[in-house]
Amino acid sequence: MKLVRTLIAAAVALTAATAALADINVGVVLSLTGPGSGLGIPMQKQLALFPKTIAGEKVNLIILDDASDPGKGVSDTRRLITEDKVDVILGSCLTPVAAAMAPVAAESKVLQIAASPVGVPPGQDQWLFRLPQGNDVMAHAMFQHMKKQGVKTVGFLGYTDAYGELWLKAAEAEAAKNGIKIVGVERFARTDTSVTPQALKLTSANPDAMLVVASGSGAAMPEKAIVERGFKGKIYQTHAAATPDLVRIGGKDVEGTFVVSGPAVVADQLPDSHPSKKASIDFVTNYEKANGPGSRNQFAGHSYDFAITMEKIVPVALKKGKPGTPEFRSAMRDAMETMGRTVFAHGVMNWTKEDHWGYTNETGVMLVVKDGKFVVAQ
Amino acid sequence: MDFSIASILALDGLTNGAVYALLALATVLLFAVTRVIFIPQGEFVAFGALTLALFIAPKLPDTPWYKQVPGTVWFLLALAVLAALGDLVNGIRQRRSGKRIAKAVTKTLALPVVLALVSFWAAPRGLPVAFYAALTLALVTPFGNLIYRLAYESLADASVLVLLIVSVGVHFALVGLGLFFFGAEGFRNPSFWEQRFNLGALSLTGQTLIIFLASIALIVLLYLFFERTLTGKALRATAVNRTGARLQGISSNGAGRLAFTMAAFIGALSGLLIGPTTTIFYDSGFIIGLKGFVAAVFAGLSSYPLALVGALGVGLLESFGSFWASSFKEVIVFGSILPVLLWRSLRDPHVEEH
Repeated sequence: MKLVRTLIAAAVALTAATAALADINVGVVLSLTGPGSGLGIPMQKQLALFPKTIAGEKVNLIILDDASDPGKGVSDTRRLITEDKVDVILGSCLTPVAAAMAPVAAESKVLQIAASPVGVPPGQDQWLFRLPQGNDVMAHAMFQHMKKQGVKTVGFLGYTDAYGELWLKAAEAEAAKNGIKIVGVERFARTDTSVTPQALKLTSANPDAMLVVASGSGAAMPEKAIVERGFKGKIYQTHAAATPDLVRIGGKDVEGTFVVSGPAVVADQLPDSHPSKKASIDFVTNYEKANGPGSRNQFAGHSYDFAITMEKIVPVALKKGKPGTPEFRSAMRDAMETMGRTVFAHGVMNWTKEDHWGYTNETGVMLVVKDGKFVVAQ
Repeated sequence: MDFSIASILALDGLTNGAVYALLALATVLLFAVTRVIFIPQGEFVAFGALTLALFIAPKLPDTPWYKQVPGTVWFLLALAVLAALGDLVNGIRQRRSGKRIAKAVTKTLALPVVLALVSFWAAPRGLPVAFYAALTLALVTPFGNLIYRLAYESLADASVLVLLIVSVGVHFALVGLGLFFFGAEGFRNPSFWEQRFNLGALSLTGQTLIIFLASIALIVLLYLFFERTLTGKALRATAVNRTGARLQGISSNGAGRLAFTMAAFIGALSGLLIGPTTTIFYDSGFIIGLKGFVAAVFAGLSSYPLALVGALGVGLLESFGSFWASSFKEVIVFGSILPVLLWRSLRDPHVEEH
């Protein structure tokens, strides 16, 4: 009896293993619990709409929770690579987690597509590609807009962390290109109880515009402080602030603020000339049909773009090898670098050998807060 | 820098300093009476501000009733049930009569249950903000008593170091629960008084005035409590010498519970005061509490007037520090503790305690 059971178990295991070899296994590591769950859960909801087959091959999604914790992300990645033999990994939606996963994926030569802006030094990201827009692309759209509005001087008020630092670099580069001068750089932390001193110093320099670099509900407090100091110029916010929280906390003080954003969340307002219009509308309609009106979200858009990427690279890679083999995995990576101009819901992507960020300058959209809503700025 | 900028900075620093002063007073109070260095003092601030924010947040019409009350209410009930179980076990162990045990359990449970019922009734009704503010104060204050009973009471005679380690644990537990109750995004409460007064370059808001008045009132009340009432004097006696006070018939457990209740009240009040001037997140309390702690260290964890001076100093240092070098603001504030420690160690030679 025991022998029979063992035999059956062995047979089941064997068939399962062969079945798994023929399919394309996609490992997904997302923050479904913890502080990052607000980003991971919408991504998971969009993955429910992921195609069942690509280029005639069955696709298996294996979704693991990293609990917003880099250590858990690493062990998830190891499990996906050794147990599930995945061909590609999507994740994570949090930068610290994705950064911790990157060396593990690279060491096993598995393609990692991060849904967060991971700042790995160039040359160390052979196996890492990013879905979100880098700051340079967003700064490009923002400073183009400033130039059009006749802005000559800008004050910078940003987080004392990596996000603030990277934006400052991007802003300095774009400002130099457009002949705009950054007249003051001040820092604050999300947990600060007051930004009045920084606002005071910046407003006394009297720039034409202020650039606030902060995220989510943390973005409203510095802007309120600037407005309370009687600043009458234009105020710009970055794409991390393009959330309803900015308006919820800021109220009437944030009216008229310019916010740069990816196109996906404002699909229906995009001008017809915008290349992403069709993809964004498709994403928003399907996502909101499944999850209710108004549920659209930057991160669900990244899951949508991930499906576009897969549909483009899998057929190319299938010509070079079978799923589950190292040849297939490296062929997928090469396909990423040679995929050329691809239209996403979030903009226009062009990953190359040198550039694993990939978004082109056609991506960023300027929004303005009007009556508590984001509308596309003219 | 001209005079008007300096005066704006000073006002901003003093406003924050007034809130730090309250937290510093609570820290000094707790350390003096129970020898607990209470790191989670700031968590009461976040709990106060965010509980009020959830009460007044607009709710969707189809939200089930149990989701309309802030998680704080459930947490209070859970802690009260745990404390009541503790009463039960203690009573049985000490072979007390059933009547006495029942009395102790009822005493522990009564207030939290009543508060929870009031919250269930009030949450969906959209009553005036002042009512919810009072309810929030009433909800957060019992946490002090309950946390002391569950985390510290059985260890009351342990060393300062053990109590400090417990504090670190309580801090992490409260921050994690805060994330669960309030979510990762922050809230900003409406001002209690929307008036603005312009004095030259200075613009004084009603909320700033409320912060100053409430802080001064509380400090005066604390002074009167410690100088004029028997309970206050009993607390002071415990602070000076626990064993001696116990020999005089002062319950050191009772003193600890009272001190923690007062600290929770002060924390919740600080949260209500600071909520309208800044965005509060579930984890904002720690850094605010830490600044109160720096001020308390300035006072050697023993003197209330010095803690007040220290807190105003921290506020001013923070405000002028942010103006001159915003990237190094926290370095300046927390680095300022070093010369203070040096001065203290030179002034009163250190005696090894354990």
